[in-house]
Amino acid sequence: MSLTMEMEIKHEILCIRLSGELDHHTADELREEASNAIIRNNVRHIILNLEHLSFMDSSGLGVILGRYKQIKQVHGEMVVCAISPAIQRLFDMSGLFKIMYLEPTEEFALQRLGVA
Amino acid sequence: MKNVMNLQFSALSQNESFARVTVAAFIAQLDPTMDELTEIKTVVSEAVTNAIIHGYDNDPNGLVYITVSIEDHLIEMIIKDVGIGIEDVEEARQPLFTTKPDLERSGMGFTIMENFMDEVEVHSQPGSGTEIRLRKHLQNHKMLCN
Repeated sequence: MSLTMEMEIKHEILCIRLSGELDHHTADELREEASNAIIRNNVRHIILNLEHLSFMDSSGLGVILGRYKQIKQVHGEMVVCAISPAIQRLFDMSGLFKIMYLEPTEEFALQRLGVA
Repeated sequence: MKNVMNLQFSALSQNESFARVTVAAFIAQLDPTMDELTEIKTVVSEAVTNAIIHGYDNDPNGLVYITVSIEDHLIEMIIKDVGIGIEDVEEARQPLFTTKPDLERSGMGFTIMENFMDEVEVHSQPGSGTEIRLRKHLQNHKMLCN
């Protein structure tokens, strides 16, 4: 099973919806696609919807942290939403929720960023 | 009765999912919980990714070796490469330590292995490779079925 990425721009927010498996192999694809979308569309904030992500490892943490650093340069925020308990354990272990927000749904994530 | 399985494959990133799915299929006969299965798959992914990126520096000519043995509710996995090895194992095991920050590596691989397994042993010698031994006791959930 590979990774499917859906990206949508709302205002200056990039919504990234992932489904499938995020590992070292698919992290490279995500880095490239997301990085280009951020630059091309003057993105300031990112919402990462993990509702349909069935597997992730530390390579996923790396690419997510990489995008966080990218939007921090334009003083943006990152909001992760709809995370599964298994994947949340990895985020908790690495302390990523000390620097990014967690919301239950994309709706709440948009509210967190002051949209909708 | 001890039951053993061996795998060997090219150090290619597309084989990471093959490795974790194959190991998961092998241990499925112990009837693990979904959480245990996820933990095993994550740990296999971490160790195989380390072998590919660090052990072989992404050279697909390298080979990754996995041996899994199960006995009662104990799982033992040996994940090995014959690549460059690790200079300082203690340093490599520190959370967030990475030699490849430019590749957006999180440095969380060993930390995840330690959290998800009961025992993690790392044997490495610069120039001759790295062998990771991982052990985990599955919970005996058959009792819960009564």
